[in-house]
Amino acid sequence: MSVLAAPSAPRLGTRVGAFLWSCVSSPANAAMTLALALLAGYWLPSLVDWALVRARWIGPRTVCEDAAGACWIFIRARWSQILYGAYPEAERWRVDVLFGLVLIAGALLLSRRVQYKGLIGLLLIVVAPPATAVLLLGGVDGLAYVPTTQWGGLMLTVALGGVSLAGSLPTGLVLALCRRSDLPVIRGFAVVMIEVLRGIPLVPLLFLAMSVLPLLLPPGTDLSPLMRVAVAFILFNGAAMAEVFRGGLQAIPKGQFEAARSLGLSAPRTMALVILPQAIAIVTPGLLNVAVAIVKETTVVLIIGLYDFFNEILAGLADPQWLASGRAALDTGYFFAGLVYWAVCFGLSRVSARLELATERRG
Amino acid sequence: MRQAEAHSSASRFWAGRRLAAGGAQAAVLAAAALVVWFAASNAAANLGRLGINTGFGFLGRPAGFAISQHLVDYSESSTYLRALEVAVLNTVVLALVAIVGATVIGFALGFARRSSNGLMRAVAAGYVELLRNVPLLLQLFFWYFAILRPLPPPRQSLSLLGAIFLNGRGLVLPRPEAAEGFGLVIAALGIGAVLAAAMACWLRRRRARLGRAPSPWVAAALPLIAMPALAAVIAGPPVAWDLPRLRGFNFEGGLVVLPEFVAMAVALSLYSAAYIAEIVRAGIDAVSRGQVEAARALGLRPATINAKIVVPQALRVIVPPLGNEYLRLFRNTTLAAAIGYPDLTLIFAGTAVNQTAQAVEVMLIVCGCYLAINLAVSAGINGYNRRIGRSYR
Repeated sequence: MSVLAAPSAPRLGTRVGAFLWSCVSSPANAAMTLALALLAGYWLPSLVDWALVRARWIGPRTVCEDAAGACWIFIRARWSQILYGAYPEAERWRVDVLFGLVLIAGALLLSRRVQYKGLIGLLLIVVAPPATAVLLLGGVDGLAYVPTTQWGGLMLTVALGGVSLAGSLPTGLVLALCRRSDLPVIRGFAVVMIEVLRGIPLVPLLFLAMSVLPLLLPPGTDLSPLMRVAVAFILFNGAAMAEVFRGGLQAIPKGQFEAARSLGLSAPRTMALVILPQAIAIVTPGLLNVAVAIVKETTVVLIIGLYDFFNEILAGLADPQWLASGRAALDTGYFFAGLVYWAVCFGLSRVSARLELATERRG
Repeated sequence: MRQAEAHSSASRFWAGRRLAAGGAQAAVLAAAALVVWFAASNAAANLGRLGINTGFGFLGRPAGFAISQHLVDYSESSTYLRALEVAVLNTVVLALVAIVGATVIGFALGFARRSSNGLMRAVAAGYVELLRNVPLLLQLFFWYFAILRPLPPPRQSLSLLGAIFLNGRGLVLPRPEAAEGFGLVIAALGIGAVLAAAMACWLRRRRARLGRAPSPWVAAALPLIAMPALAAVIAGPPVAWDLPRLRGFNFEGGLVVLPEFVAMAVALSLYSAAYIAEIVRAGIDAVSRGQVEAARALGLRPATINAKIVVPQALRVIVPPLGNEYLRLFRNTTLAAAIGYPDLTLIFAGTAVNQTAQAVEVMLIVCGCYLAINLAVSAGINGYNRRIGRSYR
């Protein structure tokens, strides 16, 4: 592999031209191109062939047994479990409302045209978690009570991810501000909290939340597994957010603090009106990266027996019926789960990269 | 007079600030103490109500469960302390193997992303974007449940050169064992190393004085290879390979690696490699373009430019984030609990908690272990960063 060797390319003027020239610029490069092209030429068509052409789309389960392609029948058959878990059928419109709201909120926050995104975000952090809890949990007038043990599927992933995000943002901000405090006790608390939470991996932290947390609460308190997991997620990702916020606060030049002080602003007003607005613009890409991490981390809850999006698919595969019907369902299940996570995470990381570039250009 | 007044008002102001600061800190301390007291009294009440023992006495008692992979002697009658040792070793071995794999693949990918070949760059970028954006647990399950477990039974193993076998029960490798020549070859290796160091030193000085002499590296490698080779000829081979043989329905001899270990090592290596590739790419980008152009103007070959100009300078940028990536990989080994590889989390946070019911003590041990290893490594990284920072200033 001849790295960094760029023999003088002919002036083709276009990026496509430069790309094509780079593939054949030397004999070694041409050989490499040929090998890679042969591999890609074999794999890509066979993937398309497997996922689309030879796939089984409709029919009974038995159609999949001798399938040489994907078995989309499996996804169709398990569709309601994958989306709603064990949520009662009559109440599923509430989950649909949640999905709709998440899509609208996502579109508002990610769109380039919408203004006042900070305000929308703040509103979401403050209002969305309790509103979602009321909507999904119910127990108030007109809404039947649905215990979290019946939650599952994509709905559980969205609820857990959303609560973790909404909870860890303020947690992280407070921790980061405390870490910059002049008061040694407060700074010490923040440092210990952040380092401990970043040093313990998520899985032991989940076990801790499952087995030890209930012991620390008054006897008779019944915290559902999902709530315990949410506490662990908020703390764990709060520490990660704190480090991102810290980087942003450090990037603000000292002159900004001094200028604000010379204008007579108090310390809290300096923070709220001068420093934070600049810092948040800097840290938004980093925060989005933590959001990607949260989406990926939600899969870990299957270790303690919760049925999130991925675990519902696995549960479908473990069903003796589908277990007997061969490899097609297995491959399709993993392919579908991977595709969904990839689309969400890749989309978010693209947005993050775009914002980072925009911040850099602004200077 | 006025000055004194001003001074006293200033000192009163600062005294007021100090008082407020002291008050705030005292309030935080008091709140923390209250939370701890609340949690501790609840814990005491709950433990009493449930009739759970307290203390670390259980560590001396027999564990009573088997562990499918142990690098030191372990049986069901061994103590919990011994089980802890086994579990920590399992975690560390997995992390080390995965770190080696991730580093090799990651560096190759990082250079591929800056290759002169556009298609190569595109393929490497595709790998990074694919692996980074799919949850590690999903990848792990894919390798374990979709690839390794459906492999055929031992009798129809996939085999490489008749010595390495892969089947549904794991990976079977030849096991190295010390043979009669072992002591002499090791001794020869030691002497060879000393000789090589001396020779390299001498050649380097000679080269500096005369401007020409054989490369110290090539010349120094000679005794390092020749001495042990000579010893092996005289005393016989240092290592005998215990080859696995198929007997009945399973393999006999050899080194059997659990399929859980293989799945973990593969998934962790491939996943972390995507992140390491990005770190390496950033390191290459940090080497200024002029350096490469100057080297090219001097007529150095591309491989030499990489080895002597780009890599040494890029490494300074690469090493600190690389250390953090290793730590992340280490923390990710805890996903082993999901497929049943006996690591620290599964054995202690899982099995030991269920058996002893002493969740508080066991989880303290588990979290303490992870925290200690993590803090030790990150202290090392910070030390390195400080040294680099100083040497640059």
